[in-house]
Amino acid sequence: MTDEPGTSPENLHKESDANAPVKGAVPEGESEPDSETKQERLTGPESGIGSADVEATTGGAEIMAPEPSPEVLATRKGMFGVTGTGDTSGYGGLTRTIEFPGASSPPFGGWWDSVYERIGQLVPNYSDVITKVVIHRGEITFHVAREHLTELVQHLRDDAYLRFEFCSGVSGVHYPADTGGELHAVYHLQSMTHNRRIRLEVSVPDADPHVPSVVAMYPTADWHERETYDMFGIIFDGHPALTRILMPDDWPGHPQRKDYPLGGIPVEYKGATIPPPEQRRTYS
Amino acid sequence: MTSTVGDTTAPGAEAPQPTEDMYGVGGEEAEGHVYTVTGQDWDQLVSEHAERGDERIVVNMGPQHPSTHGVLRLILEMEGETITEARCGIGYLHTGIEKNMEFRNWTQGVTFCTRMDYLSPFFNETTYCLGVERLLDIEDQIPDKANVMRVMMMELNRISSHLVCIATGGMEIGALTVMTIGFREREKVLDVFELITGLRMNHGYVRPGGVGQDLPLRALTKVREFIAWMRKHLPEYAAFCNENPIFKGRLCGIGYLDLAGCMALGITGPPLRATGYDWDLRKKQPYCGYESYDFEVQTWDTPDAYGRFRIRLSEMWESLKIIEQCVERLEKMEGDPIIVPDAKIAWPARLSIGSDGLGNSNEHIKHIMGESMEALIHHFKLVTEGFRVPPGQAYVPVESPRGELGAHVVSDGGTRPFRAHFRDPSFTNLQAMPVMCEGSMVSDVVVAVASLDPVMGGVDR
Repeated sequence: MTDEPGTSPENLHKESDANAPVKGAVPEGESEPDSETKQERLTGPESGIGSADVEATTGGAEIMAPEPSPEVLATRKGMFGVTGTGDTSGYGGLTRTIEFPGASSPPFGGWWDSVYERIGQLVPNYSDVITKVVIHRGEITFHVAREHLTELVQHLRDDAYLRFEFCSGVSGVHYPADTGGELHAVYHLQSMTHNRRIRLEVSVPDADPHVPSVVAMYPTADWHERETYDMFGIIFDGHPALTRILMPDDWPGHPQRKDYPLGGIPVEYKGATIPPPEQRRTYS
Repeated sequence: MTSTVGDTTAPGAEAPQPTEDMYGVGGEEAEGHVYTVTGQDWDQLVSEHAERGDERIVVNMGPQHPSTHGVLRLILEMEGETITEARCGIGYLHTGIEKNMEFRNWTQGVTFCTRMDYLSPFFNETTYCLGVERLLDIEDQIPDKANVMRVMMMELNRISSHLVCIATGGMEIGALTVMTIGFREREKVLDVFELITGLRMNHGYVRPGGVGQDLPLRALTKVREFIAWMRKHLPEYAAFCNENPIFKGRLCGIGYLDLAGCMALGITGPPLRATGYDWDLRKKQPYCGYESYDFEVQTWDTPDAYGRFRIRLSEMWESLKIIEQCVERLEKMEGDPIIVPDAKIAWPARLSIGSDGLGNSNEHIKHIMGESMEALIHHFKLVTEGFRVPPGQAYVPVESPRGELGAHVVSDGGTRPFRAHFRDPSFTNLQAMPVMCEGSMVSDVVVAVASLDPVMGGVDR
């Protein structure tokens, strides 16, 4: 995947070398695999696809694609949340950009390429399906367009060369600054057959928080999707019974969204008052 | 405990009064006759039920029930003694730990996540710290001693967690001796924890970058004594249970879940290994240097409650082997660093044991208050503000006593976690309750749930 500025409005790719150290394709899960595990991991599928890549060792994978440029998610000013004349700290002029790891483009190194190529063979329009691939700290993340999620997940689970038969779960993340894709559903898939782990990320706008359910493929996602719905309000279409799971059924709001207050009361101790955690000083 | 009789057999019109459920939502009519069991004469209830002759009953087992491992609510639809449909009701212990972590700094996150699955605190801490360390890109810099100490604490913790599982599981089927000896041994583990971390539970000991405190004097002697004690007393469990016909009669064939079921439902840990599949993240995706220890992954060939019990029993032996290797290594590491050298990350405060117990280290206080202004500033900045973690996300699972435990840690480059989500094995494994229980007797539900070993603190977080 190359940088595609059109994928989302905030993709203001910036040429910056800061904060984007991408390690070599260390087979994820550990920093130093022992020989036994490495052996196991490398005996991948005997397939035409990327057999050379599968043989790439940890060291060899250091030859990476050009370092991806980070994506600016937001810009923050100041330090302590104080602005204007009340700010006597001298930190009010600080400007910090929040740069998430940017998209990588093939070759990724190691087994990542064979997985990516195999997806390309199975899903003809894969450039529409996978909008972005991010490799960061030895973990690979496929950003998936939501309308193709179930199709992709079906292939990931069933194809003998991919065989991600185990879904660790669904985790929601709320990025208020990611305009047009505020809510993210993050899936961690594990291939026990090949001992590989990948991450799928689907982002949907707050105004239309619909993601297709993967319960049909991974029944284990049942409760995880309910939890993500409960906490973030992402609606998983096709889920057999999408109800709240941790919060009471009649609870208003979705507690783990960033716009939902933490709550809490000030604590008084020996005459002094300590504000609740959400009102304490933050370092932006 | 309230029971509702389904409308299939309810006579309807003749029902004298109670279609109202005192625990239900106000104004909503219950589906059938409601029996409320609140300490009245049991015979009266039984005769009332016998009079009506209802066959289909919905029983709320829990959330306050001694056999449901905490505040788990089991909704059982029964015909006679047979479960026709079973569902879990969870959320009674939801404390918003993940949300709270977003309002504390990265180091304080440990203090929160250790309280989730309160029987395996070191695993919660470690998986969170491994995630943070991956984001910080300091995975290679963790001192060896910190890794060995993490492994030792985790394996001690695995023993204490399995002991509670076996002990409470035994108690629920009436094997009270298993309970008493189980808690006796667990007490020994907690003593070791108390000596090393200062606390019996909720340690906050594993920190991003290493561990919080060095080993105190006598710690290794104490661990050695514990190993000797366990080697002597662990065979008792096998002697009490392994071939005990009553025990086997209650456990064998109960809570059956084969490999296909485990895969579909995302079940890990002893229930998965009981199917014969040797999936253990310590071997498959080693972390904290597990690849350098000599131990075997335990499997069993009957995917039922008995198989899971045997796996837990054998895993305790394997954990003892690992702990012994840790002690050997730690003996040679006296005085080695226990946290990364980067003073921006390493927690500045130190504790020491004084005459009145564990408390602030006078040495450290003398240093920051009397000797070095820089040290004081540094201490203050790190304790109040904390360190920054580069933006990104990481997921580093560990093999907890219950299965794959992982923390999805997201940072926006700030001093606090942007999001920390825990994939708790209890939460995921509990989804298997219906498939294991439907069609069985109500007495087997207790055994099946116990064999999953759910900890509600982890389920609800």
